[in-house]
Amino acid sequence: MLILECPYCGVKAEETELTPGGEAHLKRAGPGSSDDEFEAYLFMRKNPKGVHFERWRHSHGCGKWFHAARCTATLEVFGTYPAQTTEPPKDIQDRIRAKRPDWEGWA
Amino acid sequence: MSTRLQKGGRLIDRSKPLQFTFNGRRMSGYAGDTLASALLGAGQMLVGRSFKYHRPRGIMASGAEEPNALVGLGEGGRFEPNQRTTTTELFDGAVLESQNHWPSLEFDIGAINNRLARLFPAGFYYKTFMFPRFAWKHVFEPVIRRSAGLGKAPRHRDEDRYEHAYAFCDLLVVGGGIAGLTAALAAGRQGKRVWLVEQTPHWGGRAVVDGAQIDGMEADAWVRQALQTLRAMPNVTLRERTMAAGLYDHGYVLLYERVADHTPGDGRPRHRLWRMRAGHVITATGAIERPLAFAGNDIPGVMLASAVRDYVVNWAVSPGDRTVIVTNNDDAYRTALVLLDAGLSVPAVIDARPGGGGELAQAVRERGVRVLDGKGVAQVKGGKRVTGVSVCNHAGEGAEIEFIPCDVVAMSGGWSPVVHLWSHCGGKLIWDEERAMFRPDPNRPPTGADGQAMVTAAGAANGMLLVQEVLEDAHSAAGGTGAAPGGFCAAEERILPVWIMPQGAGPELRAKMWLDPQNDVKVSDVELAAREGYESVEHTKRYTTLGMATDQGKVSNINGLAVLSQALNRPIPETGTTTFRPPYTPISMGAIAGEARGEIFQPMRRTPMHGWHETHGAHFEPVGQWRRPYCYLRTGEGIQDAVNREIRNVRNAVGLLDASTLGKILVKGPDAGRFLDKMYTNMMSTLPVGKCRYGLMCNENGFLMDDGVVVRLSEDSWLCHTTTGGADRIHAWMEDWLQCEWWDWKVYTANLTEQYAQIAVAGPNARALLERLGGMDVSKEAFPFMTWREGTLGGFRARVYRISFSGELSYEIAVPASEGLALWQALLEAGEDLGVAPYGTEAMHVLRAEKGFIMIGDETDGTVIPQDLGLDWAISKKKEDYLGKRAQQRPYMVSPERWRLVGLETLDGSVLPDGAYAVDEGYNANGQRNMQGRVTSSYYSPTLDRGIALGLVRRGPERMGEVLEFPVDGGRVIKARIVDPVFYDKEGERQNV
Repeated sequence: MLILECPYCGVKAEETELTPGGEAHLKRAGPGSSDDEFEAYLFMRKNPKGVHFERWRHSHGCGKWFHAARCTATLEVFGTYPAQTTEPPKDIQDRIRAKRPDWEGWA
Repeated sequence: MSTRLQKGGRLIDRSKPLQFTFNGRRMSGYAGDTLASALLGAGQMLVGRSFKYHRPRGIMASGAEEPNALVGLGEGGRFEPNQRTTTTELFDGAVLESQNHWPSLEFDIGAINNRLARLFPAGFYYKTFMFPRFAWKHVFEPVIRRSAGLGKAPRHRDEDRYEHAYAFCDLLVVGGGIAGLTAALAAGRQGKRVWLVEQTPHWGGRAVVDGAQIDGMEADAWVRQALQTLRAMPNVTLRERTMAAGLYDHGYVLLYERVADHTPGDGRPRHRLWRMRAGHVITATGAIERPLAFAGNDIPGVMLASAVRDYVVNWAVSPGDRTVIVTNNDDAYRTALVLLDAGLSVPAVIDARPGGGGELAQAVRERGVRVLDGKGVAQVKGGKRVTGVSVCNHAGEGAEIEFIPCDVVAMSGGWSPVVHLWSHCGGKLIWDEERAMFRPDPNRPPTGADGQAMVTAAGAANGMLLVQEVLEDAHSAAGGTGAAPGGFCAAEERILPVWIMPQGAGPELRAKMWLDPQNDVKVSDVELAAREGYESVEHTKRYTTLGMATDQGKVSNINGLAVLSQALNRPIPETGTTTFRPPYTPISMGAIAGEARGEIFQPMRRTPMHGWHETHGAHFEPVGQWRRPYCYLRTGEGIQDAVNREIRNVRNAVGLLDASTLGKILVKGPDAGRFLDKMYTNMMSTLPVGKCRYGLMCNENGFLMDDGVVVRLSEDSWLCHTTTGGADRIHAWMEDWLQCEWWDWKVYTANLTEQYAQIAVAGPNARALLERLGGMDVSKEAFPFMTWREGTLGGFRARVYRISFSGELSYEIAVPASEGLALWQALLEAGEDLGVAPYGTEAMHVLRAEKGFIMIGDETDGTVIPQDLGLDWAISKKKEDYLGKRAQQRPYMVSPERWRLVGLETLDGSVLPDGAYAVDEGYNANGQRNMQGRVTSSYYSPTLDRGIALGLVRRGPERMGEVLEFPVDGGRVIKARIVDPVFYDKEGERQNV
């Protein structure tokens, strides 16, 4: 039962108010993409033990999708940020690097 | 015999005697008794039978760790099996029955298993019940089912009610002993919002029984004063009878409050489940005494030393007249002192330590008790009750030195901190060699959202066993300022770890040393598992069932893993513990359900016409959270008759369908057109204002996920109809793409499903009916098929769509929800002589199947693409992209071998079973017939007076006229011919008039 702060409405939302949406920052592969690109987009997920970027929707609240950076092993939350971005904000990346010096980066 | 003592008993009120029955025998106890103390007070030591060998079982403990003394409690709607007598309060009129015996507790036939114990070793089930295969069904399973299982399942509906509650605090302190009280005091004084919970109805924990001194007071007096101080603090909440069942992510704790177990039927909820969010948690959950593994340690009368002390001090119950104490530590000597004070005899204290004990041992000696240092118990004698112990050298192999008659053996193998909550969410343990215990590792705590420790263990739960260190530890755990309360108790000599007694015991004795008395797991079973290669403690647990009884290993786990370590000749920390999982002790199913039962188990959605349906014979079916009329039953009519009548009425006259549940999503904005071109397989941006178009939605895997009619309302707005079950899902799906992929597009969506009531008016008389209402030109010329009009209809503000899901002339009328019922009634009134009648969802299904229209969830199952369903006409060839387009280009999706939609007509006109498979030549790798198709929808068609079906068949449309074989139950085979999926009005003339 995680608590994640919705970056839109500021509510510290309990997991029951949220809907999970899997890995964040996927790059959509549409018509014209190679089989490998499409397979990577549709099926290949990192599923790391450690730092992870996820999609969550504040579905029983303001209805907005946002992203959360957290550790799947310890459940530590490094931050949440709006979904309208193609990569994690720098301040969150810095925070993760400070706490997990051997983190290999988000990409 | 156990009995009630003449005086004493901290917790009982002798002025309030309570009556109860045990297996029908009338007994009495006092207010303040637990069921266990009342049973012992009434002379009842034998309370059940063990699980596997049906050996007699007595009360062994006094708290949550009790493995044996479970009973069925209550009657009728208040009966509940497996109630732990040591943690359940006695109430007047309680009805108890013992479990796991037949025909009676005293005489049990299953006890024959005991004689056959050699034949039932560890892993017996896995080894024995392998072959022959048929024996499983006819021999093994019936026998196992009859003799396995503890309590009986309740037969009646639970009469009680339960509730959930939410709470928040800065600090949750779990455990109301002196550690918990000290922590709560320290945190309360800092102004923190503190919750202090205690699982029993009493505060003070062990210290009040063991007689410590705190701040110069008796522990009892100090506890009273601490409670007074805490109750005066507005920021502190105290709750007794409340157990922290589990600790989860980010400070989430489930608290189980037994509100009215002791006052059944008084109108209060029986249990309350608190969903607590705590900023920090202090586990002051104490420690549990370990049994010692000596031969015969399962005989009724062998008890934990601390439990013996509890029964005497708290409830004035003497477990027996002559108690021999067996120990490896100093604490058990307190039991000797308590027994002596109560006037009972202690023939001997057997101490495994060659050097014996400290101050407490000296005090016991001074009272004239024999203390035998370096000795052990070779064997306990007795059947249904202890009759004596045979003493040996602990260092030897068990040769008897002397025999001491007694009726109770009080044993202590040391204390194990209660680390369950600490461990639930990832806290790790370390093995403390000196104290011979696993205790929380302060360097590896469970962590919260900020990455910091969210739990601190305090007091005995942290491995601190002496009063002074408990108080200091708890004070500092809560960040207390100033001095901790000052405590005093006797100094203690170091414990000697004893895992089997005597240490050189041979196989004969080891086969009688119980580790888990409820599940009948013995030292010999764990050693056998080790010999057979079970090295992981988790595997050994499952193989032997050690710790899998209802006490979840509270008394057996540490001893078991120590025995395993010894057998594998490796240090204990290398073996480690099994995983601690919530709940700490079982919580009721009722508490988990809370208020969510009966009518409010799930909220029900009702259309504006729901009430009318109810009063007009509607036979409802659940569709998502809606209830939709399946059909409307008339007097004396069966369901199939009603469905057939409704279908004929639509084909011949006119029917009304409550279509309000259909999803209605408004999509609006400058980019709405190109957005819908992505969402749907066909082109929606080119749909002219005033027109309707049937659309398909696929997921990114290419599979069809929803369908419905899209309406162009204005230049920048579209109304998307979805399936009934799809409204919320599709709205969320749209939002996902808008917010996360095309977030710079200017589009808004709104789910209007409940804003409108919608009625389908279908049948040859539909136009005449609408003309009667008047106000709108509904003629063929003015209002063609697949268009919509807005205006007034019979005075109602209406939007009317000329669309058809039945194949008949059809209008769907949407009005504001508040006017839905009035329109429904107006239509029924106006059309009486036109034969108007409502029809339900089943008629709708048959009508659409007769027309070969697909249904999401019938023809689709998450593996079907629109091309499989012959819907290529609804897939734009011009669009560069839509969701699912790339996936539909994958080789398997374009394979000609795919199963595709066809109609199926049985040769004999019968109805194929829904879901039946068509077999093909040959067999697959599992020896099953190969398949070549399956039935997706199947109905009796009253219009055609025969069975009709839709199905997916390999290369189906290329195989018109072929006959397939569908094996059904009992070896019967139904033959059906592949036909066009449109069974009725193939040219579509009826809807286009």
